[in-house]
Amino acid sequence: MKLAIIKYNAGNIQSVSFALERLGVDFHITDNAEEIKTADKVIFPGVGEASTTMKYLRDRKLDLVIRDLKQPVLGICLGMQLMCTFSEENATECLGIFDESVKLFKPTAQDQKVPHMGWNQLRLKDSWLDPSLEGEFIYFVHSYYVPVNPNTAASTDYIVPFSAAMKRDNFHAVQFHPEKSAEAGERVLKSFLK
Amino acid sequence: MLTKRIIPCLDIKDGRTVKGVNFVNIRDAGDPVELGSAYAQQGADELVFLDISATNEERKTFASLVRDIAKHINIPFTVGGGISAVADVAPLLEAGADKVSVNSAAVRNPGLIDELSKAFGAQCIVLAIDARRVDDQWTVHTHGGKKATEKKLFEWAKEGQDRGAGEILFTSMDHDGTKSGFAIDPLARLNAILSIPVIASGGAGNKEHFIGAFKEGKADAALAASIFHFGEVKIPELKSFLKQQAIHIR
Repeated sequence: MKLAIIKYNAGNIQSVSFALERLGVDFHITDNAEEIKTADKVIFPGVGEASTTMKYLRDRKLDLVIRDLKQPVLGICLGMQLMCTFSEENATECLGIFDESVKLFKPTAQDQKVPHMGWNQLRLKDSWLDPSLEGEFIYFVHSYYVPVNPNTAASTDYIVPFSAAMKRDNFHAVQFHPEKSAEAGERVLKSFLK
Repeated sequence: MLTKRIIPCLDIKDGRTVKGVNFVNIRDAGDPVELGSAYAQQGADELVFLDISATNEERKTFASLVRDIAKHINIPFTVGGGISAVADVAPLLEAGADKVSVNSAAVRNPGLIDELSKAFGAQCIVLAIDARRVDDQWTVHTHGGKKATEKKLFEWAKEGQDRGAGEILFTSMDHDGTKSGFAIDPLARLNAILSIPVIASGGAGNKEHFIGAFKEGKADAALAASIFHFGEVKIPELKSFLKQQAIHIR
């Protein structure tokens, strides 16, 4: 299997690479459109700010490449948010793969801190994720979220229930960081790679 | 529900853990990668690696160590010690660190927090604050708690948040090393005035102390070093104990 990781200014490419190495999976990191299009599976990582990242992708025409992919794609964290239509983070037009808007968490009590940072629980909904992940703890760091919607594959509660994972056709996405979520995170990556 | 985090902290000098460590089933207790992996397997939620190297030569060892840690450890980790510029941080994050902590350099130059936050995002900037009571005022100290500054804990924590820090790591120098429990009152006050997570540090002596930090102190995470290293408190037992106390724990 040819697995491509999209190379751009995402902050977690190194961590995702190390996680895949620990699983013994071969991959290559590339921003070459042809290499991305011909891969069997593609990972779209992401840590950073929405508007600068979208600009970076547009400048290199990677936005069009990602949108047109037909093979299984996995967006991680900001990668998932950028797959939506719009993000409240600096009012950014995104890729539009999921017809959803990304919203900023609005605390309703003093102990609700933003960013949502730490380990929280998965609730699976008719999911591409391995059933053993029901109730598992995985690691989140984010201030913006995608509301629960018809494409939600798993939800998590923080201030409101939100999408922890989504799927539409060949596009898979997770809000949390499987590469930092201990053994449970490895099962998430395996669910996508199997 | 979001869980409270338990964070062991490892001091590193010249690429090796410093404090004596009493760990079973570990081949080389001085090896930060092996020790960190053992903690991750035991259920630690995050790790902190603090570089206490005195020389630049030793610091270079630290950067390559960070890469080795990221390669082998599958939970988030923060690195700190001696960070004073944006240029210090990029190689650490590129090597795979998730967050960096800044302390004395931010006191000297508060604008550093803004610069780091803008360059790398608030989520990876931890402002570490060492404070002790001086004339009934929680006063910020640098140089391992030896040197008093003009800054007051609560104002400085709020300023750090406003400048773009993503978390506050508060160490009470009055409690550090005493094993008499965390500094509950200032923790609760930090929680009341901040909208970012607070990590409690200094004073952990037994598992009951963590209840205070989380319940009354309302801390989002608690950090400790020697009680974990010497096996006085074991992470799996600590976590099941806290669960029994109705504290949300992974």
